[in-house]
Amino acid sequence: MTTTTTAAPVLTATGVTMRFGGLTAVHAVDLTVHEGQIVGLIGPNGAGKTTFFNCLTGLYVPTEGTVTYRDRVLPAKPHLVTQAGIARTFQNIRLFANMTVLENVLVGRHTRTKEGLFSALLRGPAFRRAERASEDRAMELLSFTGLTAKRDHLARNLPYGEQRKLEIARALASEPGLLLLDEPTAGMNPQETRATEELVTAIRDRGTAVLVIEHDMRFIFNLCDHVAVLVQGEKLVEGTPETVQRDERVVAAYLGTPFEGAPGREEIAEVEAAEAHAAEETDR
Amino acid sequence: MTPQRSTRHTTPLSRLTSHLALPLLPLPLTTARVLTAGGAALTLLSTFLAWTWTTAFPGNLTVTGYPGGLQVLTLTGAALTLALLLATTGLPGLRRLNPSRRHTATVHLAAGTFATTWYTLGAIAIRLGGLVNLEPGGYVAGAASLVALVGALALPADRTGPPLPPRPLPAWAEILLIAAVFGLALSVLTYGIGTAYGELFTGFLLLTGFTTAALFATGLGSRFTALAHRHRRVTLTAALVAAVLFPLTQDTDEYTLIIVNILIFSTVALGLNVVVGLAGLLDLGYVAFLGVGAYTAALVSGTTASTLHVHFPFWAAVLTGAAVSLAFGVVIGAPTLRLRGDYLAIVTLGFGEIFRIAVGNLNGESGPSLTNGPNGIPNIPDLVLFGYDFGTPHSLAGLTLTPFANYYLLMLLFTVLVILVFSRAGNSRIGRAWVAIREDETAATAMGINGFRLKLVAFALGATLAGLAGTVQAHVSYTVVPEQYVFAGPVPPNSAFLLAAVILGGMGTITGPLLGAALLYLIPAKLQFLQDYQLLAFGVALILLMRFRPEGIIPSRRQQLEFHESEAGADAGTGTGTTTGRGPGPDGIRLTKAEA
Ligand SMILES: Nc1ncnc2c1ncn2[C@@H]1O[C@H](COP(=O)(O)OP(=O)(O)OP(=O)(O)O)[C@@H](O)[C@H]1O
Ligand SMILES: [Mg+2]
Repeated sequence: MTTTTTAAPVLTATGVTMRFGGLTAVHAVDLTVHEGQIVGLIGPNGAGKTTFFNCLTGLYVPTEGTVTYRDRVLPAKPHLVTQAGIARTFQNIRLFANMTVLENVLVGRHTRTKEGLFSALLRGPAFRRAERASEDRAMELLSFTGLTAKRDHLARNLPYGEQRKLEIARALASEPGLLLLDEPTAGMNPQETRATEELVTAIRDRGTAVLVIEHDMRFIFNLCDHVAVLVQGEKLVEGTPETVQRDERVVAAYLGTPFEGAPGREEIAEVEAAEAHAAEETDR
Repeated sequence: MTPQRSTRHTTPLSRLTSHLALPLLPLPLTTARVLTAGGAALTLLSTFLAWTWTTAFPGNLTVTGYPGGLQVLTLTGAALTLALLLATTGLPGLRRLNPSRRHTATVHLAAGTFATTWYTLGAIAIRLGGLVNLEPGGYVAGAASLVALVGALALPADRTGPPLPPRPLPAWAEILLIAAVFGLALSVLTYGIGTAYGELFTGFLLLTGFTTAALFATGLGSRFTALAHRHRRVTLTAALVAAVLFPLTQDTDEYTLIIVNILIFSTVALGLNVVVGLAGLLDLGYVAFLGVGAYTAALVSGTTASTLHVHFPFWAAVLTGAAVSLAFGVVIGAPTLRLRGDYLAIVTLGFGEIFRIAVGNLNGESGPSLTNGPNGIPNIPDLVLFGYDFGTPHSLAGLTLTPFANYYLLMLLFTVLVILVFSRAGNSRIGRAWVAIREDETAATAMGINGFRLKLVAFALGATLAGLAGTVQAHVSYTVVPEQYVFAGPVPPNSAFLLAAVILGGMGTITGPLLGAALLYLIPAKLQFLQDYQLLAFGVALILLMRFRPEGIIPSRRQQLEFHESEAGADAGTGTGTTTGRGPGPDGIRLTKAEA
């Protein structure tokens, strides 16, 4: 787990601010993701992480600030952002529910194919070739995410964990240089979370940088080269997982500062012992 | 025999009745069978008796020894019920009629026979003024069909044996089977169109509806679908041949005119299906694009009533009509499709009305002289293509092609073209993008789809296809008037009926709108008495449809998939160990925001 500071930046966000009326959901956030990195974005609920993602991908037009992808300033149009090379998943899964698994991934290929209406109507050899190539590529991604057997199922009939995987496969189909994942393990059991960790590592190894929002701290610390903490719309701390983990401000932001007369160490130990005892009782 | 259904119904059509769990009546199996068989047999025999004393009721139901009119339908229904009951009990020769080995299909047929018979008796009583007009034969038929229905409802739900696997057939036999099915379908359709009076048509609809449901309940329906899928080419050819042969089976122009109009209606509905079914755009003024095409073609047709004194050859008129329609589509679509939500519906609804009213005003008095106002453009000349005059009958190998048959064949060409466009566009990168936009526009744009552009393409393509159909329509109806292009009216095609045809038939499918349009054209045409209540009846029917079968008569491939999957899922059981629903991470490390 090395921080590749020498690598070129893939994404540079400078001074991104998003206001909704009087509410400043994101305030002057700078963030850089380098080639080959997995960067974590953490913060309490409502900190503005998803809003920040929406600003990066053009779903929201940021009130201030710019987003640069590989030296190109991105316009605030989602389809142009994807075209440029940033793909994303959503916090609350947004698959094309009534399309099959394969079709979902094929839609992801949209920016990397060109066939228009007329070539579809005429069905020339070039069209067939492109269609077959797209399908091959999609099948390869399905096997990468372990969904080959489900290719003809409707997306909405997949179990939850597989829906998350399919969303990742669909995003990867646009051959992104940077993948944004919004809570990829939310609602998963431990095995699935481990599998997702492996998947994310494999994605990085294929040459796609990853920026991931996650509440599962084990996931973040196992995986990330770099972590940024967002609290109430502002970037509080940034650095290696170890520095972030040790930072008192982060702990405070999550748990709140201890108030006067907070339970001391001994009391906590006492309570824990009592709980352990109670657990034994119920086991019997 | 447990009185419970052991597994779910799986065929799409039987879902309609899957709310009712068989058997509804607790009777011993033998009694149920005897009642059904006896009832059906007696119903069959009763059709040879007189049902009424006077020939005032159409179809002549007064003859003993020879079934006529509606009796023939009852006869068919009763015979099929009997055959299916015997097939399900395992009679060796007939077993193949019901490979699912369930009684559901028998219930459908008994219900269909019952409905047709009782409808007939009711119609006699109403038309002739009282039950006194029924002869004993009628009472026998009524009682017997009721007994058969009671017996059928007491039949158990369980299979009478393991489902029969499809018997492998040589390829030529399969192809022959496809041809035979299309021949049968063609003759059923011809019979339906040819029904001479409303009562017969209603009876026909009742019986065909129930029989189709029964066909799917036996499993023969899905088997044929699979067979047709395997021999796609053959099936398409057979469908085309059946369609081409249709006018040759008619000796008068009367029904050919009906079928031309059905074809125009279905083609436009299929064009609308690109917009509504694939891209999910609600277009409430679609018929205006048909009007644009028709008016354009009429203006350049060389009729003396046209204010433009030009006479384009047909191909040029078609291209002009399509191009003008396309232009209108882009003009309407470009500003509205940028917005999300219901704006498009509002704007298209307005456009449809504006078109009709504007065309009515462009008469030289209230506006510039172009369209001749409410009188429309009459005397549109017959088409002449390569010296072939569409307006005169032609003799071809001993068969006569009437004028409307000529137009029918021309329109068929356009229908095939639109089908081709629909299926090819739908099954491509563009079509997938349309469906993606329909499913979730935000996710679609996040996948790199330019939502506005693709919606505009769909909208413009839809407009063009309607314009194409309009150019033929102008020549078929010889006259174009503004009142042909209303939002809702008693005569299809109008925007509301077009939308209904798509929804009733099945959104996103090809056969759906074709079937939906045929039904929606025939029902008002045949049931004149409905005239005043038509829109009411129509609204009620749509509400019922949305309640019981939201996917339409013909579910799209995607929805069919859903059926198969739910079946597979039930068989395989769960156990993948996946959690559904979001919650805090199970390992307890998930942190939550501190209380402020
Ligand atoms: N479209 C919007 N209009 C108004 N306020 C919004 C909008 N989107 C987000 N917000 C507000 O911005 C703040 C940040 O929300 P956001 O969804 O980005 O948080 P988050 O960090 O992703 O939280 P979580 O961990 O729960 O996903 C919240 O207070 C939210 O209510
Ligand atoms: Mg969020």
